[in-house]
Amino acid sequence: MLAMDYRGPKRVRVTQKPMPEIKHPEDAIIRVTRSCICGSDLHLYNGNVPDTRVGTTFGHEFVGIVEEIGSEVTKLKVGDHVLVPFNIACGRCHFCKQGLFGNCHESNPMATAVGGIFGYSHTAGGFNGGQAEYVRVPYANVSPTVIPEGMHIEDAVMLTDVVPTGYQAAEMGGIQPGDTVVVFGAGPVGIMAAKCSWLFGAGRVIIIDHVEYRLEFARNYAQCEAYNFREMEDPVVFIKKTTDWMGADVVIDAVGAEAAGNTMQTITGRKTLLQAGSATALHWAINSVKKGGIVSIVGVYGPTDNLVPIGNVLNKGLTIRANQASVKRLLPRLIEHVQNGIINPKALITHRIPLEEVADGYRLFSAKLDNCIKPVLIPPSARM
Amino acid sequence: MENLKKDYSHIKGWGIDADPQNDPTYPMKPHRTDAEQAGYSWERPTQQPVDVEVLHSIERPNVSAVFGTASPPSGLSGMIRRFAFRYSENSYLHWLPLILADRVNVVEGVIDDFKNGHVPNIFVEKGYKAEWKHDKVGLITKFAVAAAVVAGVVVLLRGKDDDHDYDDYDQLTPYNDRDDYDTYDS
Repeated sequence: MLAMDYRGPKRVRVTQKPMPEIKHPEDAIIRVTRSCICGSDLHLYNGNVPDTRVGTTFGHEFVGIVEEIGSEVTKLKVGDHVLVPFNIACGRCHFCKQGLFGNCHESNPMATAVGGIFGYSHTAGGFNGGQAEYVRVPYANVSPTVIPEGMHIEDAVMLTDVVPTGYQAAEMGGIQPGDTVVVFGAGPVGIMAAKCSWLFGAGRVIIIDHVEYRLEFARNYAQCEAYNFREMEDPVVFIKKTTDWMGADVVIDAVGAEAAGNTMQTITGRKTLLQAGSATALHWAINSVKKGGIVSIVGVYGPTDNLVPIGNVLNKGLTIRANQASVKRLLPRLIEHVQNGIINPKALITHRIPLEEVADGYRLFSAKLDNCIKPVLIPPSARM
Repeated sequence: MENLKKDYSHIKGWGIDADPQNDPTYPMKPHRTDAEQAGYSWERPTQQPVDVEVLHSIERPNVSAVFGTASPPSGLSGMIRRFAFRYSENSYLHWLPLILADRVNVVEGVIDDFKNGHVPNIFVEKGYKAEWKHDKVGLITKFAVAAAVVAGVVVLLRGKDDDHDYDDYDQLTPYNDRDDYDTYDS
């Protein structure tokens, strides 16, 4: 089968790989019909996540048709078209029972801080991902969900990560009606977080980035204010001024390790890997939120250390909430929102790329070429 | 600057998920049961057969019930990874060797390609086709800068080589051949 093949930082290709096999009685094999390149895949692509091994296939956002099931799979049947949440969750460990499906303790032997994630390095379990024609899906009885009748598969593929992560970012903000919410990062997740902030009753939503076409997209899609930090002397002072010198009630970091905007952070976090990614957005978030406010983190950082003003967290009495999205927990509500037309996920998709051209897809997304917001890969069999 | 708007009728779904209970700035305890006090005691799923080498964190007692089999450790990078997994996720001796192993693994990948008769197409693998299509100027600039840096390094090294030759010449030339030395120097 054809599959994306990581060869090293900024080097990927498509290659022929063996078909995945059932390894566990609760496994299913899925024939992929759509997969996405996620902003967090760029951390892998750039070589920033430890234990990213050559030869692995990325891709944690995908939908597809059930091709084969293990002997204990009862929830799915061959031929079902399913959306597969990016978290691999057993559904019965202590953490899954709390609804923390992104923190499953039975899906990743390599690290305890994170549960298993498809195609996200050996630090997240060593699973091959969905940027391929076929993929092995463990615990098929738990998270994979049959795509509701009438739902477009490109809406469904966005429900595997982007929509729930953006929604959970807003949810973790504990937004109260009338709150001012600032979102750092106008990538797909940041735009979705801005959109979802309204659903929780935000009074004002502001998104900050430096890529003008993305800011324009955010203004239209998320109906929010959007500003370019390159045009500000200091984004923190800007936010203080625009909130009557108080700071925002809730600030969301939807950037993570690849943040631009601070030379020292860029050199130590992105160029030399002396810290686990550039923590510029998180730094700004802590400093621009109101005293007693909430910082919600969904931007992905590496597992070592980051330079952030933790003293200000103490002095301002902040609450920090963060997690990988618990997709399974959120899906029922989000499916309703999509079906009711409250969220239109597929409108974020700007590029549909043949799987065979995955290297171009990564470059396009990484370098923000051709006004790219969200690229989707289409395997050959799904184009017939 | 926009002022706070009071009418949100233009935003479909405004406030639909508002939840006054979700205010984490006040102490709250989520709904929990006594099960959380029982430790690592849940009924575990069937164990996936461990038929490849799996390195597991020393912060857990076992291999999780399922795991990925994408790229088992091998070669020099595998040796480094095995060393890294002797240390906990709390230790730099875990993460820094893993990053080193990743870089070694890239070289191993290139060697494997050549062993298999495959010459990596760097232009394709780096996605330069997309960059050529959408940002020709940027790509040309990038290559021009890279060429200039390489040329600069070559010139610098050649200069050093010349110095080196000079030193050798100086050391090896007998004193009575100093005329040649002067000629060389000029």
